[in-house]
Amino acid sequence: MTRTDVIVIGGGLHGCCTALHLARRGLRPIVLEKNTVGRHASGVNAGGVRQLMRHTAEIPLSMAAMAAWETLAETLGPELAANCGFVGGVGQIGIAQSAQEMDWCHERVAEMHALGYDFEEVIDQEELRRLVPSVADICRGGLVSRRDGHANPFRTTQSFRRRAEQLGARILERTRVIGLEQGDGGWTVTTDNGVFRADIVVNCGGAWAWQAGAMVGEGFPKSHFASTLMVTSRMPHFIDPVVIGIDRVLSFKQTEAGTVVIGGGILGDPDLDEETAETVADRMMESAETVYEFFPILRKATIVRTWAGLEALMPDIIPVIGPSRVARGLWHAFGFSGHGFQLGPIVGSVLADLILDGESPIPLDAFSPSRFTAEGKLKPQAH
Amino acid sequence: MTGTERENCELAIIGGGPAGLAAATLAARLGVETVLFDEQPAPGGQVYRNIEANSRETGLLTPILGADYARGLDLVRAFRASGAGFEPMSAVWQVAANGKVGISRDERACLVRARRVILATGAMERPVPVPGWTLPGVIGVGAIQTLMKASGIIPDRPVVLAGSGPLLYLVAFQLAKAGAPLQAVVDTSGGSLASAARQALPILAGFAGDLLKGLSWIAALKARGIALYRGGYLSIEGVSRVEAVSFRSGGRRIRIATALLALHEGVIPNNQITTSLRCQHAWDRTQLAWRPETDAFGATTSPLVAVAGDGAGIAGARAAVHRGRLAALDAAFRLGRISRNERDDRARADRQALLREARFRSFLDRIYRPSEAMRRLDDETIVCRCEEVTAGELRQLIGEGFSDVNQLKSFSRCGMGQCQGRMCAGTIGRLLADETKADIADMGQYRLRIPVKPLPLAELAALGNADRNSGPVLEVADGDPSQRI
Repeated sequence: MTRTDVIVIGGGLHGCCTALHLARRGLRPIVLEKNTVGRHASGVNAGGVRQLMRHTAEIPLSMAAMAAWETLAETLGPELAANCGFVGGVGQIGIAQSAQEMDWCHERVAEMHALGYDFEEVIDQEELRRLVPSVADICRGGLVSRRDGHANPFRTTQSFRRRAEQLGARILERTRVIGLEQGDGGWTVTTDNGVFRADIVVNCGGAWAWQAGAMVGEGFPKSHFASTLMVTSRMPHFIDPVVIGIDRVLSFKQTEAGTVVIGGGILGDPDLDEETAETVADRMMESAETVYEFFPILRKATIVRTWAGLEALMPDIIPVIGPSRVARGLWHAFGFSGHGFQLGPIVGSVLADLILDGESPIPLDAFSPSRFTAEGKLKPQAH
Repeated sequence: MTGTERENCELAIIGGGPAGLAAATLAARLGVETVLFDEQPAPGGQVYRNIEANSRETGLLTPILGADYARGLDLVRAFRASGAGFEPMSAVWQVAANGKVGISRDERACLVRARRVILATGAMERPVPVPGWTLPGVIGVGAIQTLMKASGIIPDRPVVLAGSGPLLYLVAFQLAKAGAPLQAVVDTSGGSLASAARQALPILAGFAGDLLKGLSWIAALKARGIALYRGGYLSIEGVSRVEAVSFRSGGRRIRIATALLALHEGVIPNNQITTSLRCQHAWDRTQLAWRPETDAFGATTSPLVAVAGDGAGIAGARAAVHRGRLAALDAAFRLGRISRNERDDRARADRQALLREARFRSFLDRIYRPSEAMRRLDDETIVCRCEEVTAGELRQLIGEGFSDVNQLKSFSRCGMGQCQGRMCAGTIGRLLADETKADIADMGQYRLRIPVKPLPLAELAALGNADRNSGPVLEVADGDPSQRI
């Protein structure tokens, strides 16, 4: 039996970041990771650091995250921060091909302005070409968020892990939680690698987070999905911003290595029990088509690898962040539904505030676990 | 019909070497609609590459390449007469668990759905990561033989052959016969063939011919005055290309200046497709390679897929024919052409022949077991030649706590390049096991996904026979673009 003050379930980016911030505030977190750190969505996502075109409920959190990305060295120290490969300020651009997509861009910016946010701008074809000279003539313009960028997801997760360890957190890999019980002495967390006792448990279990909920009788959606990425062989540098589609299936960026990572939410075939996912050529075709049409320079590119990462999916496409609705001392942060990477540096800090101060300066009501019924369905009034 | 028009077939066979040819021939004769896909223009695989053309021309080549090579002609002729379909120049970039085979041919990609798949993808040369192995002018011994078979080309400059395995002396002998300027042969295997043969005599009854053949190659090289060395701790020198090779031999270091060095440490199963299918694999402690686990008919743990030939573990060309036939019998049974009893009856002769081959193979395995102690991985040695990751960089990461080959890959880019990890998969496992004092069998393999061969984006964008109703994106992401995942 190992005794500590806080156990974090899940060694993804949010789990490691939570451990980092709790350790920074004097706790001795132990992270229990069933596989290896960053094995699933945290390590294999597209690496987009995107405020652009987010769900409006996420924007305050996303803006705080952006500031955290821009000051990573303060959190991680210069070396680990550099290791994240964060490239900010290159912008993310939603590309509009049709008049309807352009109309939507204007509507979106109007909605954002009404909410008091001004980081999204409509751009015309000329500005689009200035930012992305390689774009095809069929693209009319789009929506840009200029501070956005990208980072290396696996290296970022490792940096947060290392920093958490430097601050006194322990990260145990190949340690699978099989039981979670609350008693007089706090939480007992049983794993296949020993039993742990703690006053506080934080559930950052990603696609498997609902299992921890089920162990205490708290229902969450069990849905998950696998998002596919394709990567090309190295190419000469030709683009700085990250580009995404509006109505078309598209998302790509060129990495520091020169490879081009192409995504766009193409579904792989997830296997939750085997803890892996397959990629499916039939579906990748659509993403390849868009890239082919929008970026003639990529017509000669060669796909060398594909992969898909497993991720929890909430029916309202926004995460679960907040206290358990059935047990004291249990906190949740999961369900990022395929766009949690940009929130990586902030969620752990918000959780530390919630756990230790009882409040966070960032509005989190939309993410409350209480929006689900006991069976884990979204309550009707939540919509 | 071409590959881009074909939507379905009953049995797809990948690879036109001895296993694939024998499997296709027998399956077609048993009434199975069979198509063989191969990357080359003509059947034969690596071992019988270009056999039809080379035997028609009957110039110098067949006498040089020998009777074993000529034997492939019968296999190819039987295949041509069998009624099996043949799709040449077709690169296979995926075999999915549901039987969808991804083909690329004439710059067009398409999917062909097969009810059963036999992988006859053979072997590849074991990568030999010694200092300097990535310098221009360092090639594989197998590559030299490929050039001889495909184009009748022999090296025009003095060449040194170094390594171990039967192919080393065979190619040296063939080069010498063809009049190539052969500088030296450096044998890095532990003992001498003659003494190993003497020890193994009781189990080798019946293989005198093979043994004598091996010994005769060595004798012929000696007779021609070719320098033969035994050595280890190979090191390759050069700045922009190979300038010399040095090795330890009999307590001293020998250095041979050369502009062309061919390395060989035997062959290993080409298991990219079975790995991408997540078939169960086992670490072969004798052959020091991963091989897919199969039943007696070559069936893997992926329900629609079998492996025949060296891809299921190295056993050589003669055994590959029997393994191909066994996989074909099982396919014919599963596809309803023959009964289980008929399959088992017909399998008997091939099984017995395989047992016989296995005796000689275990002897070869023993004498040519790669001596890893004699090729240490110095920190400067490149492990991943695509991404230029050195053993030293990987050692440092392992020291920092990385304990998994896929973590190492994700962090260092080792295995992420154009070859998709073919050249470093074995080395990274060995390094991790050595550094963590663990068993290499527990280190696992790279996680591979399609495409198993690089696929041009333009071909994927115009993929033939793709399921247009496969639901590429989540429904929730439709409609409002800001509700994207």
